[in-house]
Amino acid sequence: MSVASTTPMLPRSYLQAQARWRPIEIAFWLATLLPFYFLPNYLVLASQIAIIGLFALSLDLILGYAGIVSLGHAAFFGLGAYTAGLIAKHGWGEPLTGLFLAALIAGINGYAASFIVSRFRHLALIMITLGMGLLLAEAANSVSWLTGGADGLQGVKIWPLLNTFRFDLYGYTAYSYALAVLFLVFLVARNIIHSSFGLSLRGIRENPIRMPALGASSRSHLRKIYTIAAVIAGIAGALLAQTTETVSLESLGFQRSADVLVILILGGAGRLYGGLVGAIIFMVARDQFSGNTPQFWYFWIGILLIAVVMFLPNGILGGLAKLGASWQRKLRTKAP
Amino acid sequence: MIGVLFDGFAYGMLLFLLSVGLSVTLGMMNFVNLAHCAFAMLGGYITVTLMNDWHWPFLGTLPPAFLVTALVSVVFERVLYRRLYRASDLDQVLLTIGLAFVSVAVAAYFYGTIQQPVRMPDYLRGSVTVLGLTFGAYRLFLISVALGITVLLIGALEYTRFGAQVRAAVDNQRMANGLGINVDGAFAFTFALGSGLAGIGGALAIEIVGLDPSFAFTYLIYVLIVVSVGGLGSIAGSFVAAILIGISDVAGKYYVPELGAFLIYLVMVALLMWRPSGLFGRR
Repeated sequence: MSVASTTPMLPRSYLQAQARWRPIEIAFWLATLLPFYFLPNYLVLASQIAIIGLFALSLDLILGYAGIVSLGHAAFFGLGAYTAGLIAKHGWGEPLTGLFLAALIAGINGYAASFIVSRFRHLALIMITLGMGLLLAEAANSVSWLTGGADGLQGVKIWPLLNTFRFDLYGYTAYSYALAVLFLVFLVARNIIHSSFGLSLRGIRENPIRMPALGASSRSHLRKIYTIAAVIAGIAGALLAQTTETVSLESLGFQRSADVLVILILGGAGRLYGGLVGAIIFMVARDQFSGNTPQFWYFWIGILLIAVVMFLPNGILGGLAKLGASWQRKLRTKAP
Repeated sequence: MIGVLFDGFAYGMLLFLLSVGLSVTLGMMNFVNLAHCAFAMLGGYITVTLMNDWHWPFLGTLPPAFLVTALVSVVFERVLYRRLYRASDLDQVLLTIGLAFVSVAVAAYFYGTIQQPVRMPDYLRGSVTVLGLTFGAYRLFLISVALGITVLLIGALEYTRFGAQVRAAVDNQRMANGLGINVDGAFAFTFALGSGLAGIGGALAIEIVGLDPSFAFTYLIYVLIVVSVGGLGSIAGSFVAAILIGISDVAGKYYVPELGAFLIYLVMVALLMWRPSGLFGRR
């Protein structure tokens, strides 16, 4: 916003200024290493947070930046999870190739679905994403000889990572693996968002009719980002399958799609760190409060959702950014 | 074959009652109300409470199920919903999913997660034989109630002054406002009416599909399918779509049970891809 008031900026230098690493970002990523030293009992939880954060990041790319509201994003998470799980179950437990194949399968399906998704908006879009998610969940349920049905996929054996690090009970390897993948994918997502492609996605989100008039075809852009988001969601699903060595139907159900939406909105959609912050808060809160009564956990989630929509329209990070901006303004008026 | 068609038709009538309110309010205000089935669930629990704890007759519980649900829904409309009429789809979806989550938890707190047992009166049990074909008495009752409500609704919408105002508001909200129609008030009333009908639907659904706290989400999906296939703001569209979905669901589960609900989702996705604004939608 402050850019507009100064002398016009070259597009390239605007994007470069946006892409500069801020100290708080570096601090955030350094802080992700802290659990190794201070919370060694919670490494399993930390690895799950990293995985769900990655999943939320993939939803952020399509929902926060491109404005595609999806109620069926867990489909790609589940596809990735089942791909990785099935490969490992049938004799190839090497994690990195499993991850790659899961990303590939999720990406191919995402690319196919993107042709449908990019044609619709509003209620029809919500219903079609919901419908496709439900279709896949039903399909997985009915081919129980392949997926294990309601019992989940049993007998997944993952080989040691890079042939040296075994997946231990305490989650050292799991967290290192999940965190490393999260960081690498985050770098890619960050580059996408701060490119001219990312900028035109935000343009499509704001006005899908004006963007083609400016010469940016909105459908092909939407198709690209939807495929990318599907790949990332597939990677997240594969990570979960590999670190927990099981896959359940729940990994592609409606509940998971709704959860990840809640996580992203809580943290702040349209912000790179929104999904990560949301995942930390959501998963830690669930670990502490849900106990043996998941029904009541959803009571608080519901209250939280209502409160966020009513009072924090841009999520926690949006609220913090607003607070920071108003403090800065106050400081400036005090000290001329 | 005829038995399956009949059951499907009865099921479709149930879906119609559950979804017609959502269709009209969506058409009027473009408000995506995912808590609609939470109101239906409220109607169901009112009937259960009145019948099991207060020993009211089943038919006597239907008016309270309608009225209380309508009153509760209009309170929510005035307090929460109206602030978000101009907000994005996403905000509306989130608010109402939040409400649905809360309703599920509250229902589970008071009634537990078990299916609610309800004993229908004797004249609604058993079956009736016509021309060598047997029909369930309850399903016949359900169909006649739903058809009666449909006739009343269409009559009210087509031949009363209020109905004309509602139709004007569905067609073009801003224009109707400019002509001096109190769209806000008409909407609040329509919203209460639609939720009340959902409440009746919830009460009537207990015998067919049972009632437990997951009702708010399980049938939300069916209701959304009916609304989006039928087209927003169209009673005739909802009617046709509800019958179509009801019959294909029952027939699918009867002839190819291994597919489960797969068929119904397939029908929806295919229909939406063919006509994104629904069978009878204009936008």
